Amino acid sequence: MEVKDIIKPENLVYEKPKLLTENTMHYCPGCTHGVVHRIVAEVIEDLNIQERTIGVSPVGCSVFAYNYIDIDWQEAAHGRAPAVATGISRVNPDKVVFTYQGDGDLASIGAAEIMHACNRGEDIVVIFINNAIYGMTGGQMAPTTLLGQVTATTPCGRDAERNGYPLKITELIAQLPGTSYVTRQSAHTPASVRKCKKAIKKAFQNALDKKGTSFVEVVSTCNSGWRINPVDANVWMEENMFPYYPVGDMKDAERDSKEAHLKKN
Amino acid sequence: MTEEIIIAGFGGQGVLSMGKILAYSGVMQDQEVTWFPSYGPEMRGGTANVTVIMSDNRISSPILHEFDTAIILNQQSMDKFEKTVKAGGVLLYDPNGIVHPPTRTDINVYKIEGTKIAADLGNVKTFNMVVLGAYLKAKPVVKMESIKKGLEKSLPERHHKLIPLNLQAIDAGQEKLETVNLVS
Amino acid sequence: MGELRLMKGNEVIAEAAIRCGCDGYFGYPITPQSEVMETLMAREPWDETGMVVLQAESEVASINMVYGAAGTGKKVMTSSSSPGISLMAEGISYIAGAELPCLIVNVQRGGPGLGTIQPSQADYFQSTKGGGHGDYKLIVLAPASVQEMNDFVDLGFELAFKYRNPAMILTDGAIGQMMEKVELGDYKPRMTAGEVESKTGSWATTGKTSDRDYNVITSLYLESSKMEESNRRLQEKYIQMEAEEVRYETFQCEDADYVLVAFGSSARICQKSVELARAKGLKVGLLRPITLFPFPKKPIAELAKKVKGFMAVEMNAGQMVEDVQLAVGCAKSLATVTYFGRMGGIIPTPGEVVEAIEQKLIEA
Repeated sequence: MEVKDIIKPENLVYEKPKLLTENTMHYCPGCTHGVVHRIVAEVIEDLNIQERTIGVSPVGCSVFAYNYIDIDWQEAAHGRAPAVATGISRVNPDKVVFTYQGDGDLASIGAAEIMHACNRGEDIVVIFINNAIYGMTGGQMAPTTLLGQVTATTPCGRDAERNGYPLKITELIAQLPGTSYVTRQSAHTPASVRKCKKAIKKAFQNALDKKGTSFVEVVSTCNSGWRINPVDANVWMEENMFPYYPVGDMKDAERDSKEAHLKKN
Repeated sequence: MTEEIIIAGFGGQGVLSMGKILAYSGVMQDQEVTWFPSYGPEMRGGTANVTVIMSDNRISSPILHEFDTAIILNQQSMDKFEKTVKAGGVLLYDPNGIVHPPTRTDINVYKIEGTKIAADLGNVKTFNMVVLGAYLKAKPVVKMESIKKGLEKSLPERHHKLIPLNLQAIDAGQEKLETVNLVS
Repeated sequence: MGELRLMKGNEVIAEAAIRCGCDGYFGYPITPQSEVMETLMAREPWDETGMVVLQAESEVASINMVYGAAGTGKKVMTSSSSPGISLMAEGISYIAGAELPCLIVNVQRGGPGLGTIQPSQADYFQSTKGGGHGDYKLIVLAPASVQEMNDFVDLGFELAFKYRNPAMILTDGAIGQMMEKVELGDYKPRMTAGEVESKTGSWATTGKTSDRDYNVITSLYLESSKMEESNRRLQEKYIQMEAEEVRYETFQCEDADYVLVAFGSSARICQKSVELARAKGLKVGLLRPITLFPFPKKPIAELAKKVKGFMAVEMNAGQMVEDVQLAVGCAKSLATVTYFGRMGGIIPTPGEVVEAIEQKLIEA
């Protein structure tokens, strides 16, 4: 059979989502961002909410997320995406607003903004890419960097006495009554990508249903920052990241009602 | 006409609200008014003072170093503001708590037993209205009907039932103003 | 004639915001401006006009909420006092860089650092020369009365949308805490997305529709040529502002030998000083810049041709005086330029200013 006979619409098993733009992604080969971008684009397409969705991109590797998904975007200052999203969402309650943030952005410089947005139960989606390192600035220590992990600013490995412990911010977020859905996923195998999509879709559906803040962490690799090849990076993530950052749902409910909150406390 | 007044006493004596009612009365008769309080840490329990300016023309500085009238309700304020009354101006004070009464002879000095009169009226909180009445007797800068309207505007509605009592206090103050004759 | 009220400067900012059709306010408490948010919360405008009022977790968050909401074409604002504005500096730079309209109110207090809660004008440089990083300007309005606090809310938004640039009301604790008679404006309806678009073009993130490309709000241009293009566009706006938006007021300058230059509450004090000086036979006038950026360079340069001297009167260590010197220098005038001011939250009295006129201008 000739190749041209194979390339026919009826034989199609995989295609670029309509909402991914033609721009070539600047991410390193093996990076998780591309996969998660694709999932976000698919979900917005599936839910048919392109006209209602506004994305907020962070400072970090995904600073240019706005080049890749065909929706309106705002580029936030470092760490401030949850505040920017709050502003958008509060004056446009009919819109679906999501932030897309890395670990340095969300868990370090933006720790206050993410806590308070989640605590207020803003009807937004937070996609949190945790690769345990600052990718864009050249591989420095992140709040989520594991103990002993070598980075540009911890050349002898992260030392608890000097640098404190890796921050499980998602576990903290799950404690906040404003959140409805808090989960940790990965996107390194076909099965995990399917699960991750399911989680991101649920998060967007929650925003549509005004259920409170939905927070999806994606444990990710940074093979450039980690200085290992993409395949080994996946193995390193499974062996080192997953034990400390176990994948799974932490909370799947609705934002606490006032009555429920008073009863619990 | 421009009238520049300083009202000074302790926090809690109703200094700021007396100034506010006076200022609102000015608004009610279409005057320009400025109400400028001392604010900050001194608000809490210490001295309180407010500058009220009422004028037929645009008002310039809210900060003044001399006044047409000083209404003085404690000794600290006497020490600070007696000297700021313009020659020929008015100084009105409540002798309660005043150790060193005013001595200037180039100004018109009045006193009002505000604390006592308010107590006699059965509501010590009307103290500031007694003093306001005394001031209006010495210097009728606003009409009584403007004062009534000013009270209505500046008091929250739930306190409107207190307006008659306040007016009574103003009347008492007007009646009991005493002129102090200081011999030079 | 609009409704007459006796109101504090801070309270009237809130009332004017509701009435001019503001869509949202995001703020954080700080003395001496907390009455702005307190008044808004008590008024509950969300029921009346649909205006959103939100207490943020910090000034950093409030200015970024303003960024987000302004990026959707909404008419939004924040207010704070000096230390809070320093915290907002990052966000203000982003807003200027992304060319978003918004209104920022700074009810100044004394600094540096935690400083004092008493009034000051020490944020002149911060407001007019930058504050945050990068080449940008704010439109800076300096009200001198409670009435102008009211009027400049609407004016600030008008200018902000005309230029898609942040506007600032630069006032101080004295005007914020002072009550005066004020004539309130009539209610204006909030703008629809369609009205914003027809007035200012399609730039806001209102949701991507099939009839247009997607919109991005950003201040990021990694390519130098693109960055310079953006810088040039901003500079052109500032030049246009200097040509079209200068606002000032003069008082008894016609025959003046000496002219005081003062803004905001200092200008009020100086008006009285002019009266006192005139009573002494001194020919003194006052020029009050209403816009601090754009600064009234030309009227000062014009006056410089005929007067003997200028004295900038400011509640700071002498900041605006540099702009007066520039304007006088541009006119190649030999008029003296000097400064008088108080700091630390102390407001100079009209009498002190007259003494300074005699000592620093006339005797010198």
